[in-house]
Parts: sequence; structure tokens; C-alpha cells
Amino acid sequence: MEYTKQGRRNRTLIIIWTIFVIAFIYLPVICDALSSISKGRYFMFPIKKFSLDWWSKTANSIEISSLVSNSLLIAFVVTILSTVIAFCGALAFARFSWKGKKLFQKIILLPVFFPQPVLGLALLLWFNAIGINLSWQTAVFAHLVWITPVVTLVIAIQVYGFDPTLEDAARDLGATPFQIFYRITLPLLWPGVWSGMLFAFLLSWGNFPLSLYTTGVDNTVPKWLYSKMVAGYTPMVPTLGTMSTLGAAGLMLVGALTVYMMHRRQGRA
Amino acid sequence: MTKFSVQKIKSSLTEFISSKGGKCALPVYILLTLGFVAPLFMVLGFSFATPRSFSAFTSFSLDNFIQIFDGSTSVWRSFLWSIALAAFVTAILAVVCYPVAVGMVRIFGSKTSTFISILFVFPLFVSENVRLYGWILFFGKNGVLDGICKLLGFHGPDILFTPGMTAMGLAYSYLPYMLFPVIMGVALVPKDLITAARDLGSSRLRTWWQIELPLAMPGVLIGMLLTFVLATGSMSESKILGGQSIIVITNDIDVSFTFSQNWPQGAALAVVLTLIIGSLTLYAFKKIDLDKLMGRS
Repeated sequence: MEYTKQGRRNRTLIIIWTIFVIAFIYLPVICDALSSISKGRYFMFPIKKFSLDWWSKTANSIEISSLVSNSLLIAFVVTILSTVIAFCGALAFARFSWKGKKLFQKIILLPVFFPQPVLGLALLLWFNAIGINLSWQTAVFAHLVWITPVVTLVIAIQVYGFDPTLEDAARDLGATPFQIFYRITLPLLWPGVWSGMLFAFLLSWGNFPLSLYTTGVDNTVPKWLYSKMVAGYTPMVPTLGTMSTLGAAGLMLVGALTVYMMHRRQGRA
Repeated sequence: MTKFSVQKIKSSLTEFISSKGGKCALPVYILLTLGFVAPLFMVLGFSFATPRSFSAFTSFSLDNFIQIFDGSTSVWRSFLWSIALAAFVTAILAVVCYPVAVGMVRIFGSKTSTFISILFVFPLFVSENVRLYGWILFFGKNGVLDGICKLLGFHGPDILFTPGMTAMGLAYSYLPYMLFPVIMGVALVPKDLITAARDLGSSRLRTWWQIELPLAMPGVLIGMLLTFVLATGSMSESKILGGQSIIVITNDIDVSFTFSQNWPQGAALAVVLTLIIGSLTLYAFKKIDLDKLMGRS
């Protein structure tokens, strides 16, 4: 058959293309890493001398540790709040059939389809109008507006695969609503909730456009990196960037493994 | 008549609150009212304030909007740049992502696909600044590309801080936003249908054009919309990689709010941008059934 041969050629082309696209995505991340381990104030390729000076300088900087703790605090609070709101939202999005569902599904997407710098500025005006001073708390709120819809979608994907008859069965067997939620619904949706939390944390950790306008004096890592890129470059920029990337990668690896284990356990049960 | 509609609103509100879905949707609605609707309403208020004032809803003037369109400023150029760049990047990304999506859905096994999706999701978690800065290290003077060229005996191209570089940066930043919806779209296409079309003698191109693409279209459309909207509203790419060689609209908005302290002007620009993006989004949303797109994947 002639088209299997052509099919095989297309297959190879697609595989090569995918590898190429992945390489494109990771190229700048690798460049950051290279620059962080080269000695000297200005990056020169090929690297003449490797050193971890910038790593130790960055790790020991007091300014940077305060940035990191701000970013961590914001990301932590955003994760908790957005996951709780998004869990309810995901049930409304995918579990129940109700009258306003189609409308809700679209409204919740609007913030995702909205440019973040403009949203950040709008929130700035709003906070200013109602007399709230900018701080890490306002940044948390700003992050929530954008991150909660994303987390809702992530959890909703899990909810679509949920079999509602299991809840009915539990009810028929005499379980209370609380028992049903705690023993049936939540455990089955847990992988989705966990992925949602991971998304929330990491998206908040890396967010720049919303933080730019809403953090006030409480600087975050992405904001600091930006200000140094625009003026006053130091090799700490790629170094901190690489550190943050590695941290996120580690967290994601642990998180993805956990989700994988949950799925496996559920598959067996 | 009014009494009737008030009653209607009241009854639909009770229905909303008493339904399980409505109760669950409530926290999201509260968040979006306070964090999305109200701020945008503030922006709208400011856009009608007298230029250079610092309070909304106390004065009324159309000057801010007139200034945008009467040609006395060059903001219309920023609008054109933003839209043109976004359209260009959207087209490029659709072409770049489609084959990858086909690979993820039909060619790589499910384990490999999961791994590859993790590889594509991950960059979203790294601050865009950091990733864009990596390109400066790659393309810059004495950077990776320049260094490799010098080893080969010639100077590297000087392409940093050009409009083309901004476009590359946008394509780079928004690639995952195109890829994942397109994957969902391609997953909607039943494989049997393609086999059937092929068995009945349809050519590869025709099968793709008449069977596969129309069925995958909801996903492709969402991807294109998302990319276009986000690229139109992006700022970092033109600032970091474009080196301000072109001014995009968000940059103008940013400048009005910060440097030139003309909030009403910035608000009016934001309103026009929101209208462009919002009408496009609402139009596309009308045509898409999200249950179908997400439920099956």
C-alpha cells in the first residue's frame, strides 16, 4: 500500500518537528543557566571559565531572600484560596447541570482571555479608588482573579471523568452528605485538585504582569528580575532566574509523581 | 411591565441560589465581581474623566477618546503594531503547533505524550522575563549565537531589538497557549472517520481539509483566540526583546499611568483595547461548546 510509506515519512517528520519545537522552548532557559555558571560580570560565549560564584552570591543576598519569601508567601496564600474557590467552581462547571451553566462556563474564562498588564492596571485603579494600600495582600487578590479560572479548568477536567452514580450509591447506602463528600467525592477528585494546586502555586510564583502593578513595596522575584533587566544588570539576574526555574521544576516533578501515584492507586481500587 | 421583569429577575435569582450549580458558582462570581468587573468599571469611569485628573465619575469628557482617533498622537500606530504582530504570531503558531498536536494525539504513545505535555506546560511556570532574557543571552553580542559564529570565522547577525525579534518573543511566549487547545481540538477527531475517508479514496490533503480540520476547529479557534488576545495585550516581549524599537499599545497604556501621569488617557486606551479583545472573545465564545471540547479529553 502506497500510503503507509507516506504515513511513515509523515510520522518521522512530525517527530523531528516536535523535538525541534521543544528545543526552541528550552533554548533560552539553557542560555540563562550557562550564563549563571560562567565567571565574570558579562556573559561571553564560549564560556572561558566556569564558576559558581554568582550562585553563592545570589544565595547569600539578603535582598534576594526577602524577595523569595514575599513570592513564596503570595504563592502559598493564592494556592489555598484559589483551590477552594476553584473546587466549587469546577463542580459548577462540569458536575451539575443547572440553568446558568453554559453562561458560567464562558464568564469564568473571561479573565483568562484578558491581557494581564491591563488587568493589573485596572486593579491598581480599583484599589486606589477604594483606598486600599498596595502590599502583598493586594497582589494575592490580583493573582486570584487570573489564577482561579485556570485552576477551575484544571479541576474541571478531572470532574468530567467523575462518575456521579457513585455519590448516589453512597447515599442509598445511608451515607450523610458530609460523608459522601469526604469519603467519595473528594478522594476521587483529589488528583485534579492536586494538579490545580500545583498550577496555582507555580503560576503565582512566576507571575510578572499582575505583580508589577499590585505588589506595592513588597517586591517579588519576577518584578525584581525585570527591574534589573531594564536597568542595572547583574549576573544575579540569570542566576536567580535559573534557581527559580530549577525550584519550579523540582516542585513540578514531585507534584506530577504524586498525581501519577494517585491515578495508579485509583486504577487499582 | 417593570413589575413583571423585576419578578422575573427575582425568580431567576432564587432559582440560581437554590440550584446546586449556582451555589457552587457563587464564590467565583463574587471573586470576579470584585476583582474583574469592578476594576474594569473603574477603568471605564476614568476613561470619561477630564484628561490628567485623578478621580473618576466626577467629571465627564470625551477628550480622551477623541485624542486617540484624531491623529494628534501616534497611539493609533501602537494599536496597529499590536494587532498586526498578534495576527502574524497567531498564524505562525497555528502552523507550528498543529503538527505537534497531531503527533501528541495520534503518533506518540500516551506515556510519551504526557511527558511531552509536561515539557510544554513547564515554561508557563517560569517567569516570562527569565525566559525572554535567555534570548538576549542567545542573540546578544558575545552571546551564544555570536560566539558560535565567531568560532566559525564570521560575525553573528545583529537582530536583537528589532520588530522581528518582538514577534519571535511573542511566538515563543504564547506557544503553549496555542498548543493545548489545538491538542484538545485534534483529539475531537475520530480516527475511524479519517480511515474511512482514506479508504473511500480521498487524498491526504482533501481528508485533512474536509474531515480533520473542520472537526478539530473548535480547539484551533480557541487556541487562535487565546494567542491573539494575549499577544495583543502583551508588554514584556516588546520591552525586553524589541528594545522599544516598536511601541505596542500596552506600553502606551503603561506610560500614561506611570511616566506621564495621565490616568484618563491610559484608561481610554485600555477601554478601546478591551473592546477590541472583548468583542472578539464574545463572538468566538458564541460558537464554541466547552462541554464538548473539554469533556471528551
